[in-house]
Amino acid sequence: MCGTCGCGTDDNGPTILKPGEQPHNHVHEHTHDGIHFHSHEDAEHNHQHKVLKIEQDILQNNQVLAARNRGYFEAKNIFALNLVSSPGSGKTSILEKTLADLSAEIPFYVIEGDQQTLNDANRIDALKIPVIQINTGKGCHLESDMVYNAVKKLNIKDNSVLMIENVGNLVCPSMFDLGESKRVVIISTTEGEDKPIKYPDMFHTSDICIINKIDLLPYLNIDVEKLKNYALKVNPNLQFFEVSATTGEGMEAWYNWLKKNLI
Amino acid sequence: MVYSFLLLKIMHELSIAMGIVKIAEDETAKVKENTVTKIELEIGQLAGIEIDSLNFVWESAVKDSVLEKAIKEITIIPGKAKCADCDTVFYLENIYDSCPKCNSNFKGILQGKELRVKALEVI
Repeated sequence: MCGTCGCGTDDNGPTILKPGEQPHNHVHEHTHDGIHFHSHEDAEHNHQHKVLKIEQDILQNNQVLAARNRGYFEAKNIFALNLVSSPGSGKTSILEKTLADLSAEIPFYVIEGDQQTLNDANRIDALKIPVIQINTGKGCHLESDMVYNAVKKLNIKDNSVLMIENVGNLVCPSMFDLGESKRVVIISTTEGEDKPIKYPDMFHTSDICIINKIDLLPYLNIDVEKLKNYALKVNPNLQFFEVSATTGEGMEAWYNWLKKNLI
Repeated sequence: MVYSFLLLKIMHELSIAMGIVKIAEDETAKVKENTVTKIELEIGQLAGIEIDSLNFVWESAVKDSVLEKAIKEITIIPGKAKCADCDTVFYLENIYDSCPKCNSNFKGILQGKELRVKALEVI
């Protein structure tokens, strides 16, 4: 957190903005009037080593806040999805299509995660869906405290669906629980069938796998069954949806699953 | 492409290293110490962390922190699972390795996902 203004954004840290909001100029002056002198003449230190037993999980802070998020979502009956994939697999397009088709029946809220720009939030905002953009700066994944702060700003109503679109990255987001109800990994047909074993952690930690861009299959040399078998080898409990966000093919099954989980 | 992936991979270990620094800073502050001489870590083989990448980012991550002068001691915990179909307990290198006896993919991970700061030695 920024020690000067307390806004939670250090220079390369995450910013959390609604579409239209401007990030405030984040330059603070630092003075270095204090001059330090170090002398090391006395080489004979009296070393008394003390061992501190820690036994702490490195991701514990993230897990504690994720559990807090999860409790909040459960209490308000918010069905929260963490959408993960490599960049360009069509997360935002699937989201746009889903929101356009279902927002009349289901109240949606969206948290967008990207390193830079409000572009994705603006795409969602154009559909009149409440949205917050988290810009992680140099960060390569969302963490539970970012979601915690974004949720506070989003003011989510009970009995709704929260879509959290993670930073496009098949590596890091797998380790960071956000408190979601289900994790959805998206892979597109242009990515190659061995992605699930190249990046096994993401497929291991996901509940749902959406295979996008199936409209391109006639032009590609990919065996979708082989892709699914690789994914099932990593995680035998994965449930698949084969869709095209462009043509709408296969989206109905995904919608039915969403609706079924809202009850 | 290779470079950008490398950067991504290092970013991953960097965020883990920063988490380690945070724990060390918090724990030493509790006992009013400011130099760690040794840190003991436990990292599971299935935790998704490359030790080489962690070593690569370590120096820049611990700079100006209580860990700057600390020796890093890593215990690797091998991956171990129990087959959900035939109960065979087996070691695995990859999270997707199937049961060596019945070839099933259904298994419970027993160990190997650890990512833990075990102990700090302070002056």
